[in-house]
Amino acid sequence: MSTAAVAFKKDAVRLSADLRHRALIQGALSKYELKRDEKQALFQDWQGARQLAAETKWEAVNHLDTYLDQFVRGLEARGTKVHWASTAQQARDIMVGICREKSARSIVKSKAMTAEEIHLNEALEHAGFDVVESDLGEFIVQLREEAPYHIVFPAMHLTRGEIKDVFERKLHDAPSDSPEELTMVARRVLRQKYVQADVGITGANFAVAETGMVSVTENEGNARLTAALPKTMITLLGIEKIVPRLEDLALFLPMLATVGAGQLISGYNTMYGGPRQPGEADGPEEFHVVLLDNNRTAILADAEQRDSLHCIRCGACLNVCPIYRNVGGHTYGTTYPGPIGSVITPNLRGLQEWKHLSYSSSLCGACTEACPVKIDLAHHLLQNRRNASRQKPSFLQRMAFKLFAPLATKPWLWSLLVTKGGRFGQIFHGLVKGTRLDPAYVWTKTRDLPPIARQSFKEWWKERK
Amino acid sequence: MSERENILARVKEALTVAAPLPGSHHGAHAEPASLPTQEDHRRVLPLVGESFEERVALFAKNSDELRSDFKLLIDQSELVAALNKLRAAEGWTRVASHKGSLTDAACQALGLPVLLTDAGFDKTELEKCPVGISECDALVAQTGSVLVTSRSAGGRALSVLPPHHVVLARRGQLVPGLPEAFALVKQKYGADYPSMISFITGPSRTGDIERILVLGAHGPKKLTILCF
Amino acid sequence: MTVTLFIPCFVDLLYPQVGIAMVKILEKLGHKVECPDSPACCGQPAFNTGYWDESRDVAVKLLEQLKDAEVVVIASGSCGAMMKVFYPDLFAGTPHHALARQVSGRCFEFSQFLVDQLGVTDLGAQFPHRVTFHDGCHSLREMRIHAAPRRLMQRVQGLELIEMKQTVCCGFGGTFSAKFPMISTAMGEVKCGLALDTSAEYVVSCDSSCLMHIQGLIDRQKKPLKTIHLAEILAQS
Repeated sequence: MSTAAVAFKKDAVRLSADLRHRALIQGALSKYELKRDEKQALFQDWQGARQLAAETKWEAVNHLDTYLDQFVRGLEARGTKVHWASTAQQARDIMVGICREKSARSIVKSKAMTAEEIHLNEALEHAGFDVVESDLGEFIVQLREEAPYHIVFPAMHLTRGEIKDVFERKLHDAPSDSPEELTMVARRVLRQKYVQADVGITGANFAVAETGMVSVTENEGNARLTAALPKTMITLLGIEKIVPRLEDLALFLPMLATVGAGQLISGYNTMYGGPRQPGEADGPEEFHVVLLDNNRTAILADAEQRDSLHCIRCGACLNVCPIYRNVGGHTYGTTYPGPIGSVITPNLRGLQEWKHLSYSSSLCGACTEACPVKIDLAHHLLQNRRNASRQKPSFLQRMAFKLFAPLATKPWLWSLLVTKGGRFGQIFHGLVKGTRLDPAYVWTKTRDLPPIARQSFKEWWKERK
Repeated sequence: MSERENILARVKEALTVAAPLPGSHHGAHAEPASLPTQEDHRRVLPLVGESFEERVALFAKNSDELRSDFKLLIDQSELVAALNKLRAAEGWTRVASHKGSLTDAACQALGLPVLLTDAGFDKTELEKCPVGISECDALVAQTGSVLVTSRSAGGRALSVLPPHHVVLARRGQLVPGLPEAFALVKQKYGADYPSMISFITGPSRTGDIERILVLGAHGPKKLTILCF
Repeated sequence: MTVTLFIPCFVDLLYPQVGIAMVKILEKLGHKVECPDSPACCGQPAFNTGYWDESRDVAVKLLEQLKDAEVVVIASGSCGAMMKVFYPDLFAGTPHHALARQVSGRCFEFSQFLVDQLGVTDLGAQFPHRVTFHDGCHSLREMRIHAAPRRLMQRVQGLELIEMKQTVCCGFGGTFSAKFPMISTAMGEVKCGLALDTSAEYVVSCDSSCLMHIQGLIDRQKKPLKTIHLAEILAQS
């Protein structure tokens, strides 16, 4: 097993048995489900909306070269500097370079999963900059020095008490554990940061090819402030964020909010098409857009799984995933947890190292059903398994399946070894059942096994005939 | 080769193999993808009502749920009265705003010192203003959103930095849904877009602590929409 | 008509009464039932583990057995999904692709076959108990079976159906339950919790494999709940 797989299993075992964790996550997500269903019901045709969204992203992703070119030309026409990064390292270097050139001291950042993906904060801090996350959830996990737990709700795993503790420890300011008061503490602290920051960094939810704009979705206004006050604004986004036209957002913005957070539309949906333009009151003097590949083109080259680039990072598949709901976001050890992460991480970061994520699924398909852009998630997990075992088969597993074939296809052999052999073995099973000597221990440790019937169906059928 | 060329070359190479069409798994028939029309969007999105009255009612209902304060007023004099009431209730001693026909009249009527963002401003001063008063491009009935741009609403900061954002709108600015709002943006600005276009839906909000709603996370704690 | 019944390995060995009930129901409806001796398995374990070549070694035998079948009724939603939905994928690009598509078109899960193909909903069954229904994930999301079992239960005298608050996986997932037993168990516990919340006496399903998992947990944790396959209920009169 890879080191990532060992860590995953260890944390999964611990957290899936942690009843407090289970109650917290199931509780939070049940609340979300009610809201999501309520908002989905407002759509005249939710399934129709999914199909339109899938077609729109299909068009964008399958003509990505054309749309990227259009997107970039639009941005450049209004004075935006566009940078291209093939790797995470290149993206970090570009962004550190911009901050150095601007002699920045402090940087304010609004939530961006792409920045997590390239470990931007570490790079900026290492280069001597003071970086503060402005999204409340991200701010909290940054104070706790941990990764976001969820791509939409970063601090979902924490109770108000835990948040109060970290505020006390790091900010020396936590009047009570009321969410209201804790939020106001963060507001006060961060307001100063916005006003002082030299550089603002945001991610983007969509890139509009037609008009050369990035679209940023948020609820708190932190991204709006990040894009309004600092003299330099940088937006980092993956090349797959493209939608063809401005009006496509009329569909995507409410769909993202509905499945992402159970809202009909998020608090702020903002399109930025350049730095401050002549005649405008404010806004950054410079606007930089950093386009990141980081193996997205490798996924693009896999036609079978190309639709995983449709992803709008809404988190809907995480929210419904029974694996995610039991092991939690940190266990995955990836930037993108949950089903979408289990699909793309092996393709972004190495199949053999990360294939365990594709195996850690009951293939229930709740993710596929929830995905607003119809990514064939559950089937991609199967394809990853196929690719992984083709590339590097496990000798034992392969032998087992090789031996199983004659067994399953020769009735006399099946009857002798499985039906009769099973009955015989069962006599002794009671002696070791549920212990480590039990060959079925992985099952019987927590579950009982039904007995083999005195007369199997096939035996009954034969007798009857 | 530049990274731009490298990436675009990889993209082109990848796309030489065609991907299955959306919804075509397991041999199901699927039409080639084509971009949806505005009519397609309207057909699937939430209903918006037929008449102006229905749409105002929808906007009011959405505002209510979002905890925006929406007031439909008879005329400009009622608008001035509503503003004066807010001034008294919140004890404004100055306001932030921008140049515009509605805002000019409102500021004049209020008779308070005004920080005009379009005249060049100090962000620390704006931060201290108790209220930002702006115009908008549209109100969206479907979602309860206010559409502003950096050109129509005094730049980027005015609508998010002060703790209270007051939006002034005319009845004619109410549009049914998001498709119409985007069509309006295109028609109004298509030749030269402002650097920021923003749909503001309710006061600033967060649910990051135990999924409990708190207003005023970073942006305005209050959003008032005065429409006449 | 002549119905070819496919009895998967675990039904054969552990739940023969489910297969027997199906035979009795189909015969009562006037159909001739056939049952191939072999193979015992549809090939899903190897397929789901990623060993498609090995899976085909088993599946191809089944395809050959079924090539002349008028209709194939499968005593499990999960094996049904394998044959109806995944065989065309598994055999894509092989000489058996056309046959796989042909056979998959004639495959039905038991409840789906009764309701959608035969138009039968009332079998004159009686089952005076409170029950809740577990949708096997492959039945629900690959085979798209939702209404059929419910329509059948509606016509069972005395049966009271109380739905669970959420539709979630029971955590079985085939080899997943052995590869990640603790996650699988946690999922099963959540499922049992939802079933217990309905205060039903029985969890009913069209998938014996899910029921094996649920029953395994119930027995170990001594919960006041029983499991039963829908066919067993329908055969009771």
